[in-house]
Amino acid sequence: MSSEPAIVFEGVVKRFGPRRVLDGLALSVAKGELFVIIGPSGTGKSVTLKLASGQLFPTAGTVRLLGEDLGALGSRALAKLRRRVGYLFQSGALLGWKTLAENVALPLAERDRLPPAQVEGRVRAALAEVGLADAGDLYPAEVSGGMVKRAAFARAIIEDPEVLFFDEPTSGLDPVMARTVDNLIAQVGRARGATCVVVTHDLAGALRYADRIGFLKDGRFLQVAAPDAILHTPVPEVRAFLEAQRVEHRP
Amino acid sequence: MTLTREPIEGPVAAAVAAVGRTARLTAAALAGLPAALFRRDCRATFLRQLYLIGIGSLAVATVVALFTGMILGLQLGIAFRQFSQELMVAFTLSYAMLREMGPFMTGIILAACVGSSMAAQLGTMTVNEEVAALEMMSVDPIRFLVVPRLWAMTLMAPILSFYTCVIAFLGGALVGYTQLNIPFLQFIGQVMEAAEPKDLYVGLLKAAVFGVLISGISCAVGFATTQGAAGVGASTRRAVILSFLAILVGGYFITRFFYVF
Ligand SMILES: Nc1ncnc2c1ncn2[C@@H]1O[C@H](COP(=O)(O)OP(=O)(O)OP(=O)(O)O)[C@@H](O)[C@H]1O
Ligand SMILES: [Mg+2]
Repeated sequence: MSSEPAIVFEGVVKRFGPRRVLDGLALSVAKGELFVIIGPSGTGKSVTLKLASGQLFPTAGTVRLLGEDLGALGSRALAKLRRRVGYLFQSGALLGWKTLAENVALPLAERDRLPPAQVEGRVRAALAEVGLADAGDLYPAEVSGGMVKRAAFARAIIEDPEVLFFDEPTSGLDPVMARTVDNLIAQVGRARGATCVVVTHDLAGALRYADRIGFLKDGRFLQVAAPDAILHTPVPEVRAFLEAQRVEHRP
Repeated sequence: MTLTREPIEGPVAAAVAAVGRTARLTAAALAGLPAALFRRDCRATFLRQLYLIGIGSLAVATVVALFTGMILGLQLGIAFRQFSQELMVAFTLSYAMLREMGPFMTGIILAACVGSSMAAQLGTMTVNEEVAALEMMSVDPIRFLVVPRLWAMTLMAPILSFYTCVIAFLGGALVGYTQLNIPFLQFIGQVMEAAEPKDLYVGLLKAAVFGVLISGISCAVGFATTQGAAGVGASTRRAVILSFLAILVGGYFITRFFYVF
């Protein structure tokens, strides 16, 4: 079933108590696609990623990931499916009592139980990719928020997963480092063929690498389109986003 | 077993679910002993926890045990002196400490000193999404976090309990010597004579069960933390209170099981 999309949302409603965050959300992300979600703060972008990765479950509707209905999976099957998924948390979510290098090594050492010699080389390479070659021995509390983010990024991609979720990978990074991370996302998406869903506020960056961009507001996508179409959007809310970030269409 | 889950509505359903979750988590952690012994990272945490629990509660345990022994010695001495039966102080102290007070006080100390910090640490990890991150990496948080803590406490509790008893006997003997004119060695001799192997074993078992209860409850409460830093504070308090209750109720039933039937 290679033709089936990697991620499918059908009529997804998500409520927290009385609060309805998602309201009939539909989404289909093809295998190998680079899909970007933008939208105002607090509209449910992170919730959407958590639903897609089986950390939360919809109040109504179904979510399918790599052909599996997440709501119907037992916890063992879910854990197995998660081996094919990488996730960058908005907060980074590194373990505080482990160094950056140990954090990045976690999936290799703890999950796959690779021998330390093998782990070390891959961790060093992954840290170098995100510009943290010299910071491996520091603890998360000793480094900046941007460095935590980059280490978490390295941890998410180190296993070469089939599907990757990035929750604001470039927030808190300087523009140069943000560009580096954007390029890395494009690289894992293009060269390694991973399916990527990226939540970001950096529209300019997203326009550079996205296959499609979805604008989330009030529990639904107001527009889902290729970057070019987003640039010429008729939707006022999306326009406002573009103008606020001064992203102009340059012919 | 998945830890990231939806809140359950309604107070009764939520309480029942919480008990079920705690029991499942505890059972899963108990079954994880091989990991604590043979998995590198798990074993490292296990050894560090052994050290933290032992050293961390040693000072408190010493002071509490010494004064408990002295207070009991004094009170019993006042009572038994009326019948000129001062030596009964040693007998009674031996029973009381080995059977009940040793494990009970160890449990209280462990819940307050160690269980609280377990709940706070796992609670902080939960609100920082570190637990969710472990699950996303298919690293089982129970094996990774709970197994080493639970087994370290279960192993350490009987040792601390025995230590508590010994210190309390010394405290009692001290009072016996200074206030009741019982020679120190005679007091200790009486304590040894009164000590039944069964009392010792049941007491140690009781302490081990308390260790399981405290760590299981504290970890489960930590994982159930919501709403940021305030939630971590609430979880810490809840872990201590629930541990106290579990120690009292559990202690009663263990006593009943071994001494009534
Ligand atoms: N576990 C939860 N329990 C209750 N409410 C939640 C929970 N998670 C998210 N929410 C609510 O859902 C809404 C959407 O949250 P979400 O984190 O998805 O926003 P977001 O679009 O990612 O915003 P931001 O850009 O600021 O990260 C928020 O109003 C939040 O209060
Ligand atoms: Mg978010």
